[in-house]
Amino acid sequence: MKKVCILRIEGTNCEDETFAAFHKVGAEPERVHLKQLTGHAPLDLRRDLMDYDILALPGGFSAGDYIRAGAIFAARMKASLGTQLRDFVTQGRPVIGICNGFQILVELGLRPAFDEVMAPQPQVALYTNDSDRFECRPTLLRMDNRGSCVWTSGLGMGDVVMFPSAHAEGHLKFPAGEEDRFLERLDENDQIVFRYVDEDGQLAGYPWNPNGSPGNVAGICNPEGNVLGLMPHPERAMTRFNYPEWTRGRDGDDGDGLRLFRAVVGRN
Amino acid sequence: MVIADIRIELKHGVTDPEGQNTLKALELLGFEGVRAVRTVKVFEIDLDAEGDGALQMCENMCRKLLANPVIQNYQIELK
Repeated sequence: MKKVCILRIEGTNCEDETFAAFHKVGAEPERVHLKQLTGHAPLDLRRDLMDYDILALPGGFSAGDYIRAGAIFAARMKASLGTQLRDFVTQGRPVIGICNGFQILVELGLRPAFDEVMAPQPQVALYTNDSDRFECRPTLLRMDNRGSCVWTSGLGMGDVVMFPSAHAEGHLKFPAGEEDRFLERLDENDQIVFRYVDEDGQLAGYPWNPNGSPGNVAGICNPEGNVLGLMPHPERAMTRFNYPEWTRGRDGDDGDGLRLFRAVVGRN
Repeated sequence: MVIADIRIELKHGVTDPEGQNTLKALELLGFEGVRAVRTVKVFEIDLDAEGDGALQMCENMCRKLLANPVIQNYQIELK
């Protein structure tokens, strides 16, 4: 059975939904505080990151999102767990960062990771939405990955799914003047996984794209495809009842998020 | 002991939604001639260090935590 480390610190608040999502697809999830991995906990509570098959960084407002969203969690992880985290990723074990977790991956330098596993400094930023507001609503995403990403192996290219968004800082920023080059490179490396789309599956502006990210990018993976970061919440789309139209003819009991979690938990 | 003033600014060209919104609010309140509003964050840090050592420490703080070089510049002033 796949062991999942759902890593949290103060201010993480989506660990229960993430736990439920992994549990539902038959994995063995555990909520783990960062201090349990770094030895700052009683002996019986200490854990070793390398004992887990999957690492999940859930959503929330870690450390109050002070300084920048995810910055404090990332700095603490890097200082105390950097080598293990690098090994975990290099060995191809699946890692997912959802919402605040994506912000943490970015601050860790784990995204977009063109030339190295983990850059010493962030290479992109997840920055205040163009609307300057917390955007919280269902969002439609088109799966645009050509096959590199392990998390989306249960989805077909071009499939449109609904995962809710709930963030104030989700605008993916590239270094000034290099926006096109970054987007091209992400595309060449097959690192673009999800894009915000409208009801017809076409790229569209606000409100379909809640934050103004260039290329409507909602989620990206590393070139190897085992580390996925995305702003919307697949763990909030696990059943029919998570959908606004659940009384109006949505078929079946499953939510789209199931296909994401099943893909990694079911693989050997 | 020194007090370090660390000023984190958005890089030129990075849109500042909070600044733009503030500008709009100021205009709605009737202030005239407001050309631009930029938001800046300042950390005031009391340090048990002096001179170059203190400066070096602040540089490290900016690199490891306080600034994201993709969107932000930092300035350190020791007082």
